[in-house]
Amino acid sequence: MEAEKKEQSQLVKWLLIGISVLFLVIMLVLPLFVVVTEALRKGWEFYVSAITDEYTIKALILTIEATVAAVICNTIFGLCAAWALTRFHFRGKKILTTLIDIPVTVSPIIAGLIYILVFGKQSFLYPYLQQAGIKIVFAVPGIILATIFVTFPFVSRELIPVLESIGTDEEEAAALMGAKGLTIFRKITFPHIKWAFLYGIVLCTARAMGEFGAVSVLSGHLRGVTNTLPLHVEILFNEFQYVPAFAVSSILVILAVILLVIRSIVEYRGKKET
Amino acid sequence: MKKTGKRVIPGLNLTMGVTIAMLSIVVLIPLASLAVYSSSLGMKEFFQVITRERVLSSFYVSFITAFVASAVNAVMGLILAWVLVRYDFPGKRLMDGMIELPFALPTAVAGIALTSLTSDQGLVGKFFAQFGIKIAYTRIGITIALVFIGIPFVVRAVQPVLEKLDGSYEEAAMVLGAKPAVIFRKVIFPELMPALFTGTGLAFGRCLGEYGSVVFIAGNKPYYTEITPLIIMSELQEYDYASATSIALVMLFVSFLILFGVNAIQAHNSKRIKGGNS
Repeated sequence: MEAEKKEQSQLVKWLLIGISVLFLVIMLVLPLFVVVTEALRKGWEFYVSAITDEYTIKALILTIEATVAAVICNTIFGLCAAWALTRFHFRGKKILTTLIDIPVTVSPIIAGLIYILVFGKQSFLYPYLQQAGIKIVFAVPGIILATIFVTFPFVSRELIPVLESIGTDEEEAAALMGAKGLTIFRKITFPHIKWAFLYGIVLCTARAMGEFGAVSVLSGHLRGVTNTLPLHVEILFNEFQYVPAFAVSSILVILAVILLVIRSIVEYRGKKET
Repeated sequence: MKKTGKRVIPGLNLTMGVTIAMLSIVVLIPLASLAVYSSSLGMKEFFQVITRERVLSSFYVSFITAFVASAVNAVMGLILAWVLVRYDFPGKRLMDGMIELPFALPTAVAGIALTSLTSDQGLVGKFFAQFGIKIAYTRIGITIALVFIGIPFVVRAVQPVLEKLDGSYEEAAMVLGAKPAVIFRKVIFPELMPALFTGTGLAFGRCLGEYGSVVFIAGNKPYYTEITPLIIMSELQEYDYASATSIALVMLFVSFLILFGVNAIQAHNSKRIKGGNS
């Protein structure tokens, strides 16, 4: 009876593992495999020429710019919001928390739309912007704004639970002994949140570099000017230039895999320390 | 827990100021513009736009594909989380890391890869074409893309709860002679339910708004594979902001409903857990 039960649970175990592996291979591994094989279908030289194409390089640079801007902006926001929300009590805290989470629940297309409504031709701001010579919609600032929007709560979301769980005792003690705010943060708070902080930055980077919908609405698709890597992939694919499209995609795949590895390391180190 | 007396920790004004300022500039003012702009539309016009046949059918396509994909994800997510928490096998850490791939991989890349995989000449598409099943450029294709997008949401919601689950109830049930299937249904599953709902709800919300991965695989035929975000996009390309805003408002309303539902489940659940402990 016991042995039979054990055998049965072993059977269930390997059945479930089998289903999981099959699912992951079809859904996650095969798409990556397709990107690599399609990218290299016309040989290594063609691949290299596709990824060193002038427009690809320009798109890569814009993607990096937008990603760096989003990471810096959302890191500053994340630190401030997490500090304000976990270190103090005030009315409307719940509402504030919900408002911060809005960007992840809104469709990227709507994210693009709202910036068009604020800065586009029909907006009352438009004449002033034009006078000042500032172009936002169908220009680089629009792309950066959209990228910041879609990754807005990524850092704060990782920090808030950690800050909440460590409590405020140590910081209060330090403050009572006369430590300055920045010193308290650097010496006491930051060591606790180091890994969550890095984790948030990694997630923010991953999402920012791959954002498609919101950026697509605001970009206007000008090659070499307002084209990010994902948008460049779209243009190539729609022009039936499949091999170059997958070659450009492979850059993004490599970046994504690097980020996933960093993410795993950060998560592992963070778990070990706590 | 409530703190009374003087605040000793510094930085409230600074951090609060930065938080509110950035939140307003990036999120609140642009969102408000949506409300302001839509108030200039008449009620009649609004209803005319959102009840256009093409728009209604896009609501249906978006809803049904997101719903089916979320159902698949709920089941597969539960199995994956279970396998990752309860079993030991070679390659487990790799598997755990891979789950996050849909978060890290740009949606456009996922979109073109899945399209080429499931088209008639693709590896998977060829296999199913033998049976006369087309995947790419049909609703099945959209659903597949959404399964890809949604799976990490469910796994990452269920996993921590399963890890923290107290094994003693299971043991008690086993000692009392319950069959594994019964233990799962009566002891484990009720504990996982809220997390499963939360994860599936988040995945569903994300799927409704998804654009990048779907736009390639859908083929975008009106009345058949045209999803709502795509309709908004094409209205925008024709500079018809009034129609785009009207449709966006409906979508926004639905996603807030989902967010509200998910939060309600979470709040209810944390109350239940806290109540049990004290």
